[in-house]
Amino acid sequence: MKAPLVRFAAILLLGLAGLAAVSGCTNARLVRVQPWERGTLADYTMDPGRDPLATANSEHVYFSRESATGGRGVGGSGCGCN
Amino acid sequence: MSSPRKSLPFVLALGLGLLPAAVRAELKVGDPFPSLATAGLTGGTVPATADKVVLVDFFASWCAPCKESFPDYAKLYADYAPRGLVIVAVSVDEKAAAYAAFVKKLHPPFPALHDQGQQLVRQVRVPTMPTSYLVGRDGRVRYLHQGYHGQETDRELRKEIDALLAEKANPS
Repeated sequence: MKAPLVRFAAILLLGLAGLAAVSGCTNARLVRVQPWERGTLADYTMDPGRDPLATANSEHVYFSRESATGGRGVGGSGCGCN
Repeated sequence: MSSPRKSLPFVLALGLGLLPAAVRAELKVGDPFPSLATAGLTGGTVPATADKVVLVDFFASWCAPCKESFPDYAKLYADYAPRGLVIVAVSVDEKAAAYAAFVKKLHPPFPALHDQGQQLVRQVRVPTMPTSYLVGRDGRVRYLHQGYHGQETDRELRKEIDALLAEKANPS
């Protein structure tokens, strides 16, 4: 009687652990910054391109070192509005 | 006792079924809008909304489309307030000073209140910033606008407000 109970508990725990792991991916809400929490992200200081001179300088260094340019167009800061 | 192998699918199905309920849902069209009077809004007086058509707009000082929307809402207010429309703008700013500066700069003719502690917005769970809810005389959300898209949103709002104002008030 004891062995099946232990086995049942183990399977249940395993199932719940699997469920918990999977549920982390089922709803983006759980991992996202909510729309009303984006004040800091929308701040000017969060924009990597806020200083054109510094951007041009680092682009030049990158080009000189890598003999390559461009391809740095990543999403910067913002509130994600609209 | 049933076999563990037989019980496992049931347990998994139950868990998966309960998952959506564990996450609070966004306010949708048809849902009753939470009471503004008890939401703990600061920065002004909450206007009376019973049996009235209400436009509730969630904004923030850091949100560019929100800035764009305020002059249009001011015109909307001037056109429809005499006919009974109530506009309430609710700031979700974490910093009270940022909210105050925004209101001081744009000086809206309608109440622009502060959801200090973001209690109301957590209840409503706006899908984006800004989001506006047109609430009917019955207190239910009748139309929902995600974002502010200038003339397009303004045109839609006017059409919807006209329709809602044309509906008769609750006889009770």
